[in-house]
Amino acid sequence: MEDSFVRRRRLVVGLVASVLVVGACSSGGATTAPSAEASAAPSAEASTGGESAAPSTGGQLGGTVSVIGTWTGSEQDSFMAMVAPWEQQTGAKVQYTGTRDINAVLSTGVQSGLLPDLAGLPGPGQMAEYYQAGALKALDDTLDVSTYKSQTSPGLVDLGTIGGKITGIFIKADIKGLFWYNKDVYKAGDPTSYDDLLAKGKQTAASIGGDAKTFCIGLESGAATGWPATDWIEGFVLHQSGPDVYDKWIAGQQKWSSPEIKQAFQSFGDAVANAFGGSKNVLATNFVASGDHLFSNPPGCVFVNHATFITDAFQKTGGAKPDQFDFFPFPDINTAFSGAVEGSGDLFGMFNDTPQAKSLIAYLATPEAQSIWVGRGGALSANSAVTNYPSDILKKAASDLAGAKIFRFDASDNMPQAMNDAFFKAIVDYTQDPSKLDSVLSNLDSVQSSAYGG
Amino acid sequence: MDPRLITAIIVLVGVPATVIGYVFLVEQVLRLVPGKRQAAVRPWLWLLPALLFLFVFLVYPTINTIVLSFENKFQKEFVGLDNYVYFFTNPNTLISLRNNIIWLVLLTFLTVGGGLIIAILVDRVRYESIAKSVVFVPLAISFVGAAIIWKFMYDYQPPGHPQTGLLNAGVAALGFPPITWIQDAPLNTIALIIVAAWTWTGFCMVILSAALKGISAELLEAARVDGATEIQVFRAITFPLLLPTVAVVSTTMIITALKAFDIVYVMTSGNYDTNVIANQMYKELFTNSQPGRASAIAVILLLLIIPIMAINIRRFRQQEAIR
Amino acid sequence: MTALSVPGLSAATRSSRRRSRPSRRVVLNVVVIAIMALWLLPTFGLLVNSVRPAQAVASSGWWTGLFPPYNFTLENYQQVLSRGGMSQAFVNSLLITIPSTIIPIAVAAFAAYAFSWMKFPGRDILFVAIIGLLVIPLQTTFVPLLNLLGPKGIHLLGAGPGAFVAVWLAHTGYGLPFAIYLLRNYMGGLPREVFESASIDGAGHATAFFRLAIPMSVPAIAALVIFQFLFVWNDLLVALMFIGAANAPNLPLTMAVASLATSLGGDWQLLMAAAFISMALPLIVFFALQRYFVRGITGGAVKG
Repeated sequence: MEDSFVRRRRLVVGLVASVLVVGACSSGGATTAPSAEASAAPSAEASTGGESAAPSTGGQLGGTVSVIGTWTGSEQDSFMAMVAPWEQQTGAKVQYTGTRDINAVLSTGVQSGLLPDLAGLPGPGQMAEYYQAGALKALDDTLDVSTYKSQTSPGLVDLGTIGGKITGIFIKADIKGLFWYNKDVYKAGDPTSYDDLLAKGKQTAASIGGDAKTFCIGLESGAATGWPATDWIEGFVLHQSGPDVYDKWIAGQQKWSSPEIKQAFQSFGDAVANAFGGSKNVLATNFVASGDHLFSNPPGCVFVNHATFITDAFQKTGGAKPDQFDFFPFPDINTAFSGAVEGSGDLFGMFNDTPQAKSLIAYLATPEAQSIWVGRGGALSANSAVTNYPSDILKKAASDLAGAKIFRFDASDNMPQAMNDAFFKAIVDYTQDPSKLDSVLSNLDSVQSSAYGG
Repeated sequence: MDPRLITAIIVLVGVPATVIGYVFLVEQVLRLVPGKRQAAVRPWLWLLPALLFLFVFLVYPTINTIVLSFENKFQKEFVGLDNYVYFFTNPNTLISLRNNIIWLVLLTFLTVGGGLIIAILVDRVRYESIAKSVVFVPLAISFVGAAIIWKFMYDYQPPGHPQTGLLNAGVAALGFPPITWIQDAPLNTIALIIVAAWTWTGFCMVILSAALKGISAELLEAARVDGATEIQVFRAITFPLLLPTVAVVSTTMIITALKAFDIVYVMTSGNYDTNVIANQMYKELFTNSQPGRASAIAVILLLLIIPIMAINIRRFRQQEAIR
Repeated sequence: MTALSVPGLSAATRSSRRRSRPSRRVVLNVVVIAIMALWLLPTFGLLVNSVRPAQAVASSGWWTGLFPPYNFTLENYQQVLSRGGMSQAFVNSLLITIPSTIIPIAVAAFAAYAFSWMKFPGRDILFVAIIGLLVIPLQTTFVPLLNLLGPKGIHLLGAGPGAFVAVWLAHTGYGLPFAIYLLRNYMGGLPREVFESASIDGAGHATAFFRLAIPMSVPAIAALVIFQFLFVWNDLLVALMFIGAANAPNLPLTMAVASLATSLGGDWQLLMAAAFISMALPLIVFFALQRYFVRGITGGAVKG
């Protein structure tokens, strides 16, 4: 857009300038030649050269901060919108790279020392690994710790803390295990229990007729195929067996072949048996498209289990109108664990403690920063002081997240990567052939015995 | 001005200048060497730049890989052959090895055979460069693009619903139930290989076509004047002359098949019995943080190609003898 | 076939074409066109879907877009082209790709000449060892190389243009085995008499290299330019590693394209348009170099 256009013109202008003024290269070209753009883009000064002087309006930082994260596309736009006021205030520039290969970048970077200043961290497990390797810096001196702790739920604070040191903060959060439905199709109200959900779902599906089923499920996700079902199974573990089993499971102390985890897999298997198109279609359907059949005519299913991000796809590829869908949270199974909520979030950490990096990460933890992304839609804040949700649905999701009686973080994100990866594969294998459950689980047990232990 | 542009200009002017300068420099240096030893020294000076690059960017990291393959996760302790034992006792490995053999045979056969046939056929039509460009197009598409393209071919919808994949639309039109091409073993490995073959045939075609253009037209014409049929000309002249190049593209394709990764990673992630060795290596390296195990797999890949290299040596000696 | 350098040859080719029977020519044309259609079909599907609304793409096959009611839109292309940083990334890709194409081919040409026309002990073993390097998975080279070139080594990497130099050198190293292999095969197949007569005429190796070996290897060099250009142009991982995650303004087009869709797969329809935008330049390079794949260049050079 404008920014890149300006840069490109500067490139051309700079080339001409250097040809004319032989030898008087960088400084002369950069300050005198682009006078035409100077008025159009006063703050673009530090964008290309990197180390060129910042505009000297008193007390400004200047310079750059390099940031890497998994956010791409519109998420990247929202992140850049979020840091824009900080850039304006400090005169510093954020150089953001969004990539799926963040694991490759960070794991090689920790070994070679070639790291960005700030980074989105794949999960608490890696955060601990990078911190113990001496690469990740503690944030206790950087953040306003008491404000941070008062505005962030203790569960999230703990997840970003290692040995009493804050090493990661959450920029945004999400709530998992929401059951979405088409308001024109399902009108039976929020189920009182999971059994009630199954009964009402079956009833509604029968009234639609054809091959409609209770659920739509899509597990295809390229290199991460299988992950959408981790949210299902985690929801079952949490609501069937409770937070203690859930915690032991994350920590590697709960065997996968134990009755609790096996039961959760079986409950998911039953959901697949009740899913539109059966297991073949469940495996072949991309998770983004999994909700499309809520809105097809006739509908293929009654419920879709996903976090809030799926509403974007409802509207863009499913053709839903903005007020055509709604959700209810994961219903109770065992009332002892009533009100349990599974959430997730995007962890952020600091590798280089430059003044700019410290200033930026402190800013990112504030409600002022997080309200920007929230206001643009598509995210829940990790900061309880943020309330400016643009839609009723997001408002409701945020209040469900804040009001959780039992809060637990996404288990698979919290397990070691090798365990997580084996979990994905196990889901695929089980979905394809439910009779293999025992061998799938015992294989996970053997991964568990090697993946933990530091 | 943008410092990158300066660097680029230096390279564009500097590299050719350095290249030409280097050769003349080498010849000047050689004048200082006594005549008899010139012939012994010269090849090494000519090879020096290439050997330097290869050593730094490939050999040195490979030595590192070999060392790593005998160490544990934290690269501190020597663990002997543990990483190799792990690879060969891992239940995934057998499937991966089997799949790599299928990849090797099928991909090489399809791309080299297809590339050869296409190169020969398009040599005889007026719109040759357009025809070749069409076969070349898939190479220009990044594998992310290729994955989307083939999604529209292999896509699946439940029976009775409109199919969004072309192949299943065809299957449904014939009255059969749709097929999950990507999920059903062993069909899915072949479906993945077809994607790779669609991409790499253009590669083989371009190289074989360049070689085809190198065959003297007088030779072919002379044979035709002598009454040889096209098939006889091909068998007696064209094919033998193309053989060294066929060997080059075959070797390259065999190595490509052994390293097959992108398509599997993006389309199935190794699920549904489609796993391959390189995918296993990538996961050990970047997902499981097990550089030792990943290195062992890389070393095994190196060992696997020794027989192919041996065939190449024999072939070069033969070429040397007849030229 | 218009750019033939030796008139006699083109006449010969033409006469052979005239002689083949018409029925056979029809079959030939049908087969070639069928192959073209088969190869284009998948890409054509992408092209059609890239100009259809996302909802239509999700609910019906691309071929239904070819029938009325037509519902085409250029929205995907507009969104991709109007995105910030695209043109900058395009320039970066050029700055990465052009040197990364020239350097390895130049270096490989020397080596290939030496392997083809000089005798030295261990030649075949060394050559085959170089081919063997083709099998090395690039991923395993990253950590040692980043250690060597990065903050723990010679400090070439990091923010700024030094990273470009690193990525050029890396692509040179990675591209050399195949370049040497292909060029050695081609140069080695050139007629021995040419080089012998040049040697008798008193020409040294430098002259033979520049005057004979290089001009006669033009088709192979053209093929190499195409492939090396393509591999570097479409590379994401090497650029990400060597230019570095801390160096966003210098990253190539592949990175910009990969970050069009969200991490959760939203807006993936933009990738369809991006696929066509990013393949335009490699195709232009291919077209531009087509004229070097013409019979007669070798023959002409031999006579000249």
